[in-house]
Amino acid sequence: MNFNDRKYVLIAAVVFICAVFIMRLFWIQVVDQGWAARAADISERKITVYPSRGLILDRHGELLVANTPVYDIMVVPREVKNLDTLGLSELLHVPMDQVRERLRKARDYSVWKPSEFEKQVTAEQYAAISVHLYKYPGFYAQSRTLRTYPPHVGAHMLGYISEVGARKVEQDPYYKPGDVIGVGGLESYYETALRGKRGVKYVVVDVHNNVQGPFQEGRYDTLAHAGKNLYTSIDLKMQELGERLMRNKKGSIVALDPRTGEVLALVSSPTYDPELLVGRVRNTNYRVLQQDPLTPLFDRALQAQYPPGSIFKLAQAAIALQEGVITLNTSFACNKALVGCHNHPTAANVEQAVQFSCNPYFYQVFKREIEQGASKNRFEDAALGLAKWKVAMESFGLGHQPRLDLPSVKGGSIPGVAFYNRIYGEKAWSFSTIYSLSIGQGEVLVSPVQMANLAAIFANRGYYYDPHLVRAIGHPDSLNTQVQRHHTLVDDQWFPPLVEGMRRVVNEPGGTARAARIPGITVCGKTGTAENPHGKDHAVFVAFAPMEDPKVAIAVYVENSGFGGTWAAPIASLCMEQYLTDTITRPELMQRMLDANLIAEEKNYVKPAKRRRP
Amino acid sequence: MSQRDSIIRNLDWPLVVMYLLLMAMGWANIYSAAYDPDHANLFDRAREYGAQSVWIVVSLLIGAGMLLVRGEFIRNLAYPTYLVVLFLLVLVLLIGREVNGAKAWFGVGGFGIQPAEFSKFATALALSKYLSGLKTLKETRARVVSAILILLPVGLIMLQPDTGTALVSGAFVLVLYREGLSGNILLIAIMAAILVVLSLIMKESIYTLPFTDIQFHGQYFLIGMLAVFTLLGFLFVNKFVFKHRRKRIYAYLLIGLLGSSAFIASVDQLIDHMPAHQQTRIRVLLGLEHDPRGYGYNVEQSKTAIGSGGFTGKGFLKGTFTKYKYVPMQSTDFIFCTVGEEWGFLGSTAVVLLFGGLILRCIQISDRQRSRFTRIYAYCVASIFFLHLMINVGMAIGLAPVIGIPLPFFSYGGSSLIGFTVLLAILVRLDAERLEHLR
Repeated sequence: MNFNDRKYVLIAAVVFICAVFIMRLFWIQVVDQGWAARAADISERKITVYPSRGLILDRHGELLVANTPVYDIMVVPREVKNLDTLGLSELLHVPMDQVRERLRKARDYSVWKPSEFEKQVTAEQYAAISVHLYKYPGFYAQSRTLRTYPPHVGAHMLGYISEVGARKVEQDPYYKPGDVIGVGGLESYYETALRGKRGVKYVVVDVHNNVQGPFQEGRYDTLAHAGKNLYTSIDLKMQELGERLMRNKKGSIVALDPRTGEVLALVSSPTYDPELLVGRVRNTNYRVLQQDPLTPLFDRALQAQYPPGSIFKLAQAAIALQEGVITLNTSFACNKALVGCHNHPTAANVEQAVQFSCNPYFYQVFKREIEQGASKNRFEDAALGLAKWKVAMESFGLGHQPRLDLPSVKGGSIPGVAFYNRIYGEKAWSFSTIYSLSIGQGEVLVSPVQMANLAAIFANRGYYYDPHLVRAIGHPDSLNTQVQRHHTLVDDQWFPPLVEGMRRVVNEPGGTARAARIPGITVCGKTGTAENPHGKDHAVFVAFAPMEDPKVAIAVYVENSGFGGTWAAPIASLCMEQYLTDTITRPELMQRMLDANLIAEEKNYVKPAKRRRP
Repeated sequence: MSQRDSIIRNLDWPLVVMYLLLMAMGWANIYSAAYDPDHANLFDRAREYGAQSVWIVVSLLIGAGMLLVRGEFIRNLAYPTYLVVLFLLVLVLLIGREVNGAKAWFGVGGFGIQPAEFSKFATALALSKYLSGLKTLKETRARVVSAILILLPVGLIMLQPDTGTALVSGAFVLVLYREGLSGNILLIAIMAAILVVLSLIMKESIYTLPFTDIQFHGQYFLIGMLAVFTLLGFLFVNKFVFKHRRKRIYAYLLIGLLGSSAFIASVDQLIDHMPAHQQTRIRVLLGLEHDPRGYGYNVEQSKTAIGSGGFTGKGFLKGTFTKYKYVPMQSTDFIFCTVGEEWGFLGSTAVVLLFGGLILRCIQISDRQRSRFTRIYAYCVASIFFLHLMINVGMAIGLAPVIGIPLPFFSYGGSSLIGFTVLLAILVRLDAERLEHLR
């Protein structure tokens, strides 16, 4: 029998199998891209190269915020051999049970991939550890940087960095889980400049997750660009002094260079050491700070809004002179029936009215501003007058948010016609309803930054620049072009007499802030006291110096300290002296300020019967 | 010397060229799979490609040597060779080195020798010798002797155990078929395979009898289905087949049903008594279990490597997926991954076609022989290569179960390289003598 034909069965089978294989290969290699994607997914890693974050410097180039290396001790469980647990425990200062627990966790996560064993070991600790680390195979250190604050000041204005939240990751495609982002202060406002640009490196890893080399010779890699440095206008010495002086007091100090609008110092008290919000300890410390009844996390310099008290009289007088409702020589009797006042000689002119801070005088001034006789109806007249007044007042940088380069700056409030209509109804209010505004009480609210800006306006005799902290980004010579000059609606001619009044406040007998004098420098200032229904009144002092060539304008606000001349004026004086002369000539005054603990006093304070303070 | 006597002139050059080509490609792939830029020396014996270089040289020498041996001598040595290999297979069980749980290796110096790889050509020679002396395979005695010749080495190899190599002997069934074994045996084998797969798939599910709460396992459902089909068969035969032929068909149907049911039941028992890892392998292959870190993991990784090659591949030495050890056993059983990843669809198709060409060429050679011995032997060679191609490449692309057998000339290992070379060299020598029998 011949079975020759049977060879075709095998031939057919061979052809069939080859055809099936080729079709299958075509399917998985050419048609189905899922396999290629899976291979890339498994064997290629995208490694993010983090740029170093920009530094923050003061106006003299002193570091306010720097980066410091820390070391994470990593462990690859698979490579751990003959582990001396006791030795490791002593080396890293980790309790024995923790060593075992962490190893177990690392092993649960992956035996091949590295896990963090001990986070953020400081450079000093690491120096001691590194020489012994070779005895522990499987353990190695991985460096990264943390923020550090060499002078330990400026917590509020600097802000801090923290791991980016899930919502931000969703909103902004730049951020990936695990990234850091600036929170609050300059860190947040200048986030894009500070963070720099991330680089990406593609590498190929082997089955044990060890990097084997760049993917396609690094064709798709991008370089990381370091974050830009911030050159701020802060004067570190004044900032430090301000924070020391404000210790044990609640309040704020804002100092500006009136010639440029640059912020020289920005103090909010009580404050905290910015190092508290760095690294491992941040979460714990943040919780403690958050629960502190003194609200140290609250930035009083930007976000507190107070009735300005008597410093408001400066703007009132300027507007009244501009509108011609008073002249330089207008005099009003100190009629305490209208509004309370302290004992002082009658103000013969505007200068003296400022000097004595006479409440009835400014009652009359405001009355003339509001009741200008534009309408026969007293209610309508008040509305017309107030509307005009509000516009003028807002030109002093009040009632709207300053264009400060920090997040969450409050704008205060200058009440207008709409505001009172809403409360009392249209034509249902008149001057007698709103007269408290005359002396900076009532519905008017001003933030400490705006108060300092008010001082700057009088230092400049009529204008101000947007207050700002950052002079240059990236390079010290680059200019902050965002800053604009704003002129008030009051002509320059009306400022010198008021500045003279401010000089008298400090330098003449009968002035309310004689404690603000600086030897050899003419200081101009104005005290204020804001009524506080909850306790002792808040004291405020605004000033600038020197009188003829102003280099610094300042506002000091001390909560619950009573009269503005007692605490606020000396603190402002010491700060300005430090800035202008780089020395303190009155150590005993400074010691008195440093020793004062107004927070402790406040607890024992019993509010006396109501009275007005200048 | 006359043209007839010139061995060189009468060599089947296409076959030789394909052999050399496949071996060169195989070496390049091992070089790539094990490539390490720090040890680029081609003959560095610490590297797999270094060792493979040595084996290639050895194989070429042995192959060339085989060409000098006269066919008469080969035919006469067929049984002695078979006996020697049987002896080696016994010996390896006694004094062999155990690697990966299998006692399959003789340690010779730094190299290992795997006698099971030699059993392929030995069995091919013995079977060819036996069948060439037969008139027909119809006699029971002839069938039994053939079965013993095939199964003796298989049994010894199973004892190592090396299931993969043992399975390759299935190739000889094709040879028996070619030489006259009833096609029904093949058909029944294929039907049985289908039944195994079906019963395994259905074993997983539980069925509920319609309109009742009675639940039963899938294999009973399968038996029930078969019974229904048998019944339909009865009805069909009853209606359309002449009366005098019905009885026989009824008998076949009944035997078929009973046989199938018994078979399904025994498969069920067999599977349940299998080692767990083999059960898992089978279940993963049938898609009953998704097990990417377990036995299916190898196949998943292998498909990933091949799939990532794309149309033209990543290029020589650039197959990162295989190079960085994502595929287990990638220089031996899964060497095809390197082909797929680095040479892409074009390269892997070329390799498949080259193997297909090699097999078809062997069949063609078989066809032109006057000597029965050479014809049967050539058919053995074709079948052996076919089974290796089918199982090895099929497993790499997820079409066959993971069975550890090498891809000829590609997989790392000296024994298989020598074994396949000898297998082919004998064929080439025998073929070169085909004209002599005209005398």
